[in-house]
Amino acid sequence: MESCPSIKNILLLDSEGNRVAVKYYSDEWPNNSAKEAFEKSLFTKTQKTNARTEAEIAMFESHIIVYKFVQDLHFFVTGAENENELILVTALQGFFDAVGLLLRGTVDKKEALENLDLILLCLDEIVDGGIILETDANVIAGKAASHSIDAAAPLSEQTISQALATAREHLARSLLK
Amino acid sequence: MAQPLVKKDDDRDDEADYSPFLGIEKGAVLQEARVFNDPQLDPRRCSQVITKLLYLLNQGETFTKVEATEVFFSVTKLFQSKDIGLRRMVYVMIKELSPSADEVIIVTSSLMKDMTSKTDMYRANAIRVLCRITDGTLLTQIERYLKQAIVDKNPVVASAALVSGIHLLQTNPEIVKRWSNEVQEAVQSRAALVQFHALALLHQIRQNDRLAVNKLVSSLTKGSVRSPLAQCLLIRYTSQVIRESANNNQTGDRPFYDFLEGCLRHKAEMVIFEAARAITELNGVTSRELTPAITVLQLFLSSSKPVLRFAAVRTLNKVAMTHPMAVTNCNIDMESLISDQNRSIATLAITTLLKTGNESSVDRLMKQITNFMSDIADEFKIVVVEAIRSLCLKFPLKHRSLMNFLSNILREEGGFEYKKAIVDSIVILIRDIPEAKESGLLHLCEFIEDCEFTYLSTQILHFLGIEGPKTSDPSKYIRYIYNRVHLENATVRAGAVSTLAKFGAMVDTLKPRVFVLLRRCLFDNDDEVRDRATLYLNTLGGDGAVVETGEDVKEFLFGSLDIPLVNLENSLKNYEPSEESFDINSVPKEVKTQPLAEKKAPGKKPTGLGAPPAGPPSTVDAYEKLLSSILEFSNFGKLFKSSAPVELTEAETEYAVNVVKHIFDGHVVFQYNCTNTIPEQLLENVTVIVDASEAEEFAEVASKPLRSLPYDSPGQTFVAFEKPEGVPAVGKFSNMLRFIVKEVDPSTGEAEDDGVEDEYQLEELEVVAADYMLKVGVSNFRNAWETMDADCERVDEYGLGPRESLAEAVNAVINLLGMQPCEGTEVVPNNSRSHTCLLSGVYIGNVKVLVRLQFGLDGPKDVAMKLAVRSEDEAVSDAIHEIVASG
Repeated sequence: MESCPSIKNILLLDSEGNRVAVKYYSDEWPNNSAKEAFEKSLFTKTQKTNARTEAEIAMFESHIIVYKFVQDLHFFVTGAENENELILVTALQGFFDAVGLLLRGTVDKKEALENLDLILLCLDEIVDGGIILETDANVIAGKAASHSIDAAAPLSEQTISQALATAREHLARSLLK
Repeated sequence: MAQPLVKKDDDRDDEADYSPFLGIEKGAVLQEARVFNDPQLDPRRCSQVITKLLYLLNQGETFTKVEATEVFFSVTKLFQSKDIGLRRMVYVMIKELSPSADEVIIVTSSLMKDMTSKTDMYRANAIRVLCRITDGTLLTQIERYLKQAIVDKNPVVASAALVSGIHLLQTNPEIVKRWSNEVQEAVQSRAALVQFHALALLHQIRQNDRLAVNKLVSSLTKGSVRSPLAQCLLIRYTSQVIRESANNNQTGDRPFYDFLEGCLRHKAEMVIFEAARAITELNGVTSRELTPAITVLQLFLSSSKPVLRFAAVRTLNKVAMTHPMAVTNCNIDMESLISDQNRSIATLAITTLLKTGNESSVDRLMKQITNFMSDIADEFKIVVVEAIRSLCLKFPLKHRSLMNFLSNILREEGGFEYKKAIVDSIVILIRDIPEAKESGLLHLCEFIEDCEFTYLSTQILHFLGIEGPKTSDPSKYIRYIYNRVHLENATVRAGAVSTLAKFGAMVDTLKPRVFVLLRRCLFDNDDEVRDRATLYLNTLGGDGAVVETGEDVKEFLFGSLDIPLVNLENSLKNYEPSEESFDINSVPKEVKTQPLAEKKAPGKKPTGLGAPPAGPPSTVDAYEKLLSSILEFSNFGKLFKSSAPVELTEAETEYAVNVVKHIFDGHVVFQYNCTNTIPEQLLENVTVIVDASEAEEFAEVASKPLRSLPYDSPGQTFVAFEKPEGVPAVGKFSNMLRFIVKEVDPSTGEAEDDGVEDEYQLEELEVVAADYMLKVGVSNFRNAWETMDADCERVDEYGLGPRESLAEAVNAVINLLGMQPCEGTEVVPNNSRSHTCLLSGVYIGNVKVLVRLQFGLDGPKDVAMKLAVRSEDEAVSDAIHEIVASG
């Protein structure tokens, strides 16, 4: 069957192979230990390569993996053995550049962990259930950062009806006790 | 957010180790999650807590059912907050928690509200979340909104709905199929990714409707697709259409080829590559069609991007298996890739070169590879070893340098899989290239002198036992074998004892020496070794004198067990110790299932040059064993040839049947491998009724019905024909599958008692001249040709009429004769006007046949051929001419 290009997982690891953020879309890895084993061997296999200027590629356990490193961060995108390599690398580049935009150029593990919410949103915007959702880094970053915490509305600015609803619920709960 | 979420540990003040999640604990975070219940929500703090929860999940932490439910309920409270950022985190969190059906209800209304809100971001995400967690019942409620969303002017909303549709199609196809009008409209969207998602969904909705896919492809290939990803999809669908229409459109230009070729000039590399790859994978692609694709791939080879180089070299590597000549143009670029930083690329380049290289370049290549081997991983080395093996089979004259290479790398460090690949290769080379035998065996002997793998040692010892005694000087192997008895573990010692016994049995002059050695083994401290030594001393008999070994002893030592091991195991388990000793004849010989034919049947592609004739011997053995176990066929004599399975049914029909033609001297047996693909049916008394009215020289003598054919477990039925002895009789047979069908209750698996007789028409089957020809290669064609008596040579010329290409004509003749092409001559270089092809084989009656074919183009398309045949029997030479003349 001719199928839609699909992504099996997206991984963001640090310079020791530990997870920063990962997302699996395929059930080939049934549990966490299988995933960790995959990440570990993938990391060992690729750590010595120089994937800093151009994205690199490897065949690994009958997957195609494209990857790119910056500072102490390692970005990976995994696809099926017969997948078009250039589609995978487009997804990787979208992720890589979007993270760069979101972290405003200082792309390292510390910054990534401090903005983990943005990274997770970014992953959520690139792929949905294995299907590529968006590859344009600007669009991805725009969607992930479309909020800023400063805009958060404190309770004082809630509308009257919302405040009432909150109060009603509160009351109902206390009555039920 | 400067404030660290967790206080830093004092003794871990190293800046590099700093992490906002240092010392994070599940229990504590779950406590923190109580802020979700606060009447006055602090969006920033809630976001932080969700991030922590997600971090924990991401690190592989799991929540218990109770914990997950609790978190889920408190997260649903956060829908009250209007903070956009928090809402985004809530969406992600709900997807991660994947709530159960009864929990889903809690958020349904909130999500449905978001789905109809004015904020596009809410709508898109709510659709994605809702479709992820929903079940069928809810889907009907929201279907209306989804249909609207598909054609929404905001691309993010449309994509969300379309992608959700793709996922939902797996679980609720009947609902999603109702959306095709909207999806079709979305295909025309101006937004690139909407087009991509819409096309993917539309195709999945229609994929079982060949005509609809055809229509879709022909309208879109006219050029309304903008997105590169959508264009890639379109290329995939187009090649699917091409593949399916190939059967009824043999002549003329391939439909849609122009579209694929046009895509090679697309501006996106992704599309160019997809198109190039699609062209190389076309069925029976011609070299004219290949050329433009190869040209763009060649450009990619020198790209600065590793991914492009990899993609190109991987595709070319595949092309090289079937069309080595087409790839030779890239050889220079390929050679520079041997030093590529990326070892995957380098390995692919090497193996491609090995496939396309000619005899003269072998030595140069080997030099480069030797340097290369030391710095690649085992997995790559295995690939190289396999490539070298097929190279050696292609150029048997080069066996010396290639065998040396293999033995050198065998001595170096390496893991089991790698060593096994090398040993397997040497074994295959020994079997197929007689000249390489002695040196190969010695290499193996040296290897077991210092081999850490028991499995390999025993395999090699077994192989030595079979091949060693047939060499010119068997005595030189004895030392290596006996050394094993001194130095190795019990398993290897036992293997060595058996091998010694085989030498003793086969080589009479060695018998006394073997006896002395075997007697020494009687004092071994392992039971198995002693037992074997005792057994062999007794079976060989003659007290170590130089006498001939009896035939039955040889049969015992060398013959293989003609009963399936599973059956033997079962019988032994059932045997209860009693006065009566175990009778091996009581073990059933019938093979329950025969996976062999099944595995071989699908997708048997011609592997062109690299096709090693390594597989067949074992298959023939298996068939031979199977046939000789059937009483009716046991007096047919030696099996001459078994054909590859021929499908008699279309794919995906109720009953799948293929047939293997077994040729004996005076008989032909058809083995019908049947598979019942209907779970509700049990077939009994399955036979094939063969009408041989168009095969005059054949007379049916026996048939063996298949007693029962349950669902999905293949079975065989046989029909045997008598034919004139030693004559290559040909004919056409029509087949009808006849059986009694019984209904099966799928829940209990029990069949009803009453069955109905039924018939099922199968396709026709032909016995052709090629069935009487065994593919047997010769290593040096010229030598073999010269040694054959020139008196038995028959030469004639034939006009083959207009042909598509020279290569096509060459292939047609090779297939007609069913012989083994030698020295890679089945490959026709591009644009050549003439070609010589060398074939060898063994004709029925064990007559060696060599054929020299000279092709020439006569006029624009007409092909003329000069056929020279030499064989050990002039009647056979004439027969070959007759085959060609009547083909």
